[in-house]
Amino acid sequence: MSWPPRPRGAGRPEREYEKVAAPKKGRSASAQSKPWRSLALILIAIAALTGGMFWSGNTTPRLGIDLAGGTSITLRAVPEAGQEGAINKTNMDTAVDIMNRRVNGLGVSEAEVQTQGDRNIIVNIPKGTNSKEAREQVGTTAKLYFRPVIATEISEPAAPTPSPSASGSGSPSPSASATGKGDKSDQSDKDKATSSTAPSATATSQGRAVTDALKADPTPSGSASGSPKASATPTPSASGGASGDTPDAKVQAQYAALNCADEKDRATAGKGAKPTDTTVACGQNSQGLWQKYILGPAAVDGTDVKKAQAVFNTQGAAGWTVTMEFTGKGAKKFGDITGKLAQQPSPQNQFAIVLDGEVVSDPYVNQALTGGSAEISGRFDQEEAQSLANMLSYGALPLTFKEDSVTTVTAALGGEQLHAGLVAGAIGLALVVIYLLVYYRGLSFIAILSLLVSAALTYVIMSLLGPAIGFALNLPAVCGAIVAIGITADSFIVYFERIRDEIREGRSLRPAVERAWPRARRTILVSDFVSFLAAAVLFVVTVGKVQGFAFTLGLTTLLDVVVVFLFTKPLMTIMARRKFYASGHRWSGLDPKALGAKPPLRSTRRRPTPPAGSVDPKEA
Amino acid sequence: MSKLGTLGARLHRGEVGYDFVGNRKIWYGISILITITAVLGLAVRGLNMGIEFQGGAVFTTPKKTNVSVSQAETYAEDASGHDAIVQQLGDGSLRIQVAGIDTDKADQIKDKLADDLKVDAEKINAELVGPSWGEQIANKAWQGLAIFMILVVIYLAIAFEWRMAVAALVALIHDITITTGIYALVGFEVTPGTVIGLLTILGYSLYDTVVVFDSLKEQTKDITKQTRWTYSEVANRSINGTLVRSINTTVVALLPVAGLLFIGGGVLGAGMLNDISLSLFVGLAAGAYSSIFIATPLVADLKEREPAMKALKKRVLAKRAQAAAGEEPPGGRGDDTAEDATPAVVGPRTQPAARGRGRGRPSGKRR
Repeated sequence: MSWPPRPRGAGRPEREYEKVAAPKKGRSASAQSKPWRSLALILIAIAALTGGMFWSGNTTPRLGIDLAGGTSITLRAVPEAGQEGAINKTNMDTAVDIMNRRVNGLGVSEAEVQTQGDRNIIVNIPKGTNSKEAREQVGTTAKLYFRPVIATEISEPAAPTPSPSASGSGSPSPSASATGKGDKSDQSDKDKATSSTAPSATATSQGRAVTDALKADPTPSGSASGSPKASATPTPSASGGASGDTPDAKVQAQYAALNCADEKDRATAGKGAKPTDTTVACGQNSQGLWQKYILGPAAVDGTDVKKAQAVFNTQGAAGWTVTMEFTGKGAKKFGDITGKLAQQPSPQNQFAIVLDGEVVSDPYVNQALTGGSAEISGRFDQEEAQSLANMLSYGALPLTFKEDSVTTVTAALGGEQLHAGLVAGAIGLALVVIYLLVYYRGLSFIAILSLLVSAALTYVIMSLLGPAIGFALNLPAVCGAIVAIGITADSFIVYFERIRDEIREGRSLRPAVERAWPRARRTILVSDFVSFLAAAVLFVVTVGKVQGFAFTLGLTTLLDVVVVFLFTKPLMTIMARRKFYASGHRWSGLDPKALGAKPPLRSTRRRPTPPAGSVDPKEA
Repeated sequence: MSKLGTLGARLHRGEVGYDFVGNRKIWYGISILITITAVLGLAVRGLNMGIEFQGGAVFTTPKKTNVSVSQAETYAEDASGHDAIVQQLGDGSLRIQVAGIDTDKADQIKDKLADDLKVDAEKINAELVGPSWGEQIANKAWQGLAIFMILVVIYLAIAFEWRMAVAALVALIHDITITTGIYALVGFEVTPGTVIGLLTILGYSLYDTVVVFDSLKEQTKDITKQTRWTYSEVANRSINGTLVRSINTTVVALLPVAGLLFIGGGVLGAGMLNDISLSLFVGLAAGAYSSIFIATPLVADLKEREPAMKALKKRVLAKRAQAAAGEEPPGGRGDDTAEDATPAVVGPRTQPAARGRGRGRPSGKRR
C-alpha cells in the first residue's frame, strides 16, 4: 500500500486532516463553504466581459493578415555604420509614426504599423489595398525637405479660390493667397505682436514662427541675401507680394487644379517632384483645414537636421516649442535660406517643412538664423510639438529599413486557413470531450463545462483585446489555443485523479474532494507556472509569428488557473453534495467499486460513521 | 473506466507497476542511443531548412490551376533564373518555391508567373523572405530557449530542489535533441512553424515532468523517518502512481494536435498548422517518455548519492536482511523483501498486517 499518503491521514478523523493538509485553512475553508460565491463571481465576470464585448461592438477577434488576407511586411532596422546605438525606442517609434503616415496616406486607413522586438517593424496592410504601392511606400526612406513657400491658400472643394479678402482675385496667383488668410481666427497674441514685421499682417496659416534659438548666435548680419544660392534658386526675392517671380505655368496650373480636401488629389500632389523643382503640396493647418502650397526648391535637406526635440519653453511663455539643431552644412544652408526669407513679405517669408510631399509645418521667419539651431514656436500642445519634433528627427534617423519578409495572403486562402484552424480546433475539442466522457463518465460533465467556460472566456477576451491592445488572431495563435486545450484539460485530470486516489483510500466523496484539492492545486499552480514562464519568455524574446503563439499560450494558461480555481473546484464541491456523485453511481466516474477503493477496515473503529459509498469489501 | 480505473487503483496501491527506477539503465541506454542517432543525423544529414531560413519566395497559386507541375517549374525557372521547386497541393493549387532571390526581385517574378500561368497576380499568395529573417527567428528562439532554461532551473531549484532541476533540464535537452534529430533523419522541412512547435515542447515537456516531480516531492517528504523503502523505491511508486495521469494527459494533449495534423496535412496540404503540429506530435511523445523514463530515475540516481539517502538505504537493507534471517516477518516484511528480489515488476504491497501497523501512527514513530 502506498506508504506516505495513507498513514498520514487515513486513520484520523477527516476534520483533523483538513488542518494538516490545507495550511491556508482560511482560504480553503471559504472556498469549500461558499462554492456558490466563486461560481457567481466567474459567471458575473463572463457576463460582464460578454456585455463589454457586445457593447464595444467587437464580437469577433480581430483577424491577422494570414487569416483575413492582406499583406504583411516585416522590416528590420539597419543602423548606419558605427551607430549601433541608433536602434532605440525613440527612433523606432519615430519611424513607426512616419510609416503610419505614409501607408495610411495611400487612402486606406486600416493599415497598421507597429514595432516588434527591438528592431523590427511590422506593417500590416489589409486586403483591398494596393500592396505593391504600399510596399514601395514603406520601403523607401522618408524625404524631409525645407522648402520656401511661394504661395498658399486654404483648399476647399467648392471654391477653388476661396480668398475672402477684397484683394482676392480669381486667379490662383501667389499674391491672392497672401491675403487669403485674413479670416484666420487662430492667431495668437504672439503672432499679432510679431506680425508687424510681416507686411501682409496676418502672418502664417498655422500661427507658428521660427524664432532664433535660445543659444543661437544673434548675428542677423549674416543674413544671406548675398548668398550665392539666391540667384540659382527661383525663390521669389523681395517681390513684396507681387507675382514677379511666379513659378512656371505648369506648376501654376497644378496649383489651380489641386484640391487638397480630396484624398486622392492629396496623395498625388507633387508626386515625383525632384527636390530641385518648384512643386505643389498640401498640408493641414492647426484648424484641421487643408491648405495648398506652391513651394520652391528644397533649401535644406532632412539629413541636415542633427537633432530635433520638443521643449517646454518656460521663458517668454511660448509654451511648447520645437528646437532643431543642424549639422555644420545644414546650419549654413539654413542660415542662408532664413536670411532670404526674412526679407520677404508673407507668405514668402515662410518655409514649409515637407515630409514625403506633405507640408507638416510652415513657420515664418523673422531673421536669418545662422547659429546652427532654431526654434519653432507657436501654440503647440505637447503632443503636436512632440510629433513635429519626431518628424524633423526622422530625416536624421541613422536607420534604414530592410524588408525581411513579405507575406501576401489572398482573402480566399486566409478564409480557408481560418476555416481549417477552426475545424481543427473543433475536432481537437471533440476528441478530448469524447475521451473525457469515456474515461471519466459523470465527472466529465464538470470537465466539459469547465472547458466550455474556458473557451468562452478565451474568445471574449481575445475579442476585447483586438481593439484594446491591437491583438490580432493569426494562425500560430489559433495553434496556441488548440494546444492549450490539452493544458487546460490536464488541470482537471490532475484534480480528478487526486480525488479518485482519495476515494481509493476509502474516503467518501465530499472529504475526498476537499482533501484532494490542496494537493491538486499545488500541482496545477506549479505546472501552469512553468507553462506560463515559457510563454512569457517567448513573448518577450521572439518576434513575428512566434509572438502571437506565445501570447495565446500565456493567456490560456492564465485562464486555466482562473477557471480551475473559480469554476471547476466550486462546481466539484457542489456536485459532491449531489446524490448521483456522492453515492458513487456507476456512471458518475466516482464509483468506489470500479475504482477499486479500499474498505476502511479497522479505521471504522475510529470513524464511527463510515460513509456508505466507501464500504466495499472487494479488496479485503 | 472500469478496466483503466482498476488499473489506476492497482497502480495507486502499488499492486502492479513497472520498476522504472530499477530498470533505468536500460532506458538510459535506449535514450543515449536515440540521442546519439539524433546527433549523428544532425551532424551528417543536417536539417532541411525551409525557404524562410534561406531567403527566397514561396508563391501559392489559386485552386484549380490548369498547369502541370513540370510546366510551372519551367515557368518559375524562366521567370526567376533560379531553381524552383513546385508541389501540387491537395486542393489543386501549386506551391512554387524559389530560393535565393531577394524581396525586390520577387515582385517581378510574381507578375511574370501570373502572366505565364494566366492567373490574376492579386490572387497569388506570396511569401517573400529576406535571407536573414529565418536566422533572426531562430536566433531569437535560441535566445529564448537559453533564458527560459535558466529561469526554469532557478524556479525548479527553489520550488523543488536542484537535483530535480538538473534532471528536468536533462530531460528537456533530451526531448529537443530527439525532436530535431527526427527532423534531420526524416528530412522534414524546418520552418518558423517548426520552431514554434519546438518551443512549445519546452513548456509541455517541463509541465509533464513537474507534475511527476510534484508527486515525488510529496511522497518523499518524510522519507528519512522510516526504514521500509529506499528513495528509489518511493520514486518508482510515485511514477506508477501518476502513470494514469501521465497517460491521460498525453492522450488529451495529443488528440487536439492530431486534429491539427490531420487538418493541416489533409486539408491544407502544407503550411503553418502542419509544421507546428508535426513537431509538437514528435516532441510531446518524447516529453511524456522522458519525464517518466529519464527525469525521475535521474532524480533517484542523484538522490541516492546523498549521505542521508545512503544511510537510509543501508538501514532499509539491514532491516530486510534481518527480517529475512529471522524467518518471522513481523507485518509481512518478508513479502517486501521477496518482491524486491524481482525488480522488473513490483509485486503486491498490500498486506493487511502492514496496513494495520501503520494505522493511526505518525509515520515517524514507525520502526
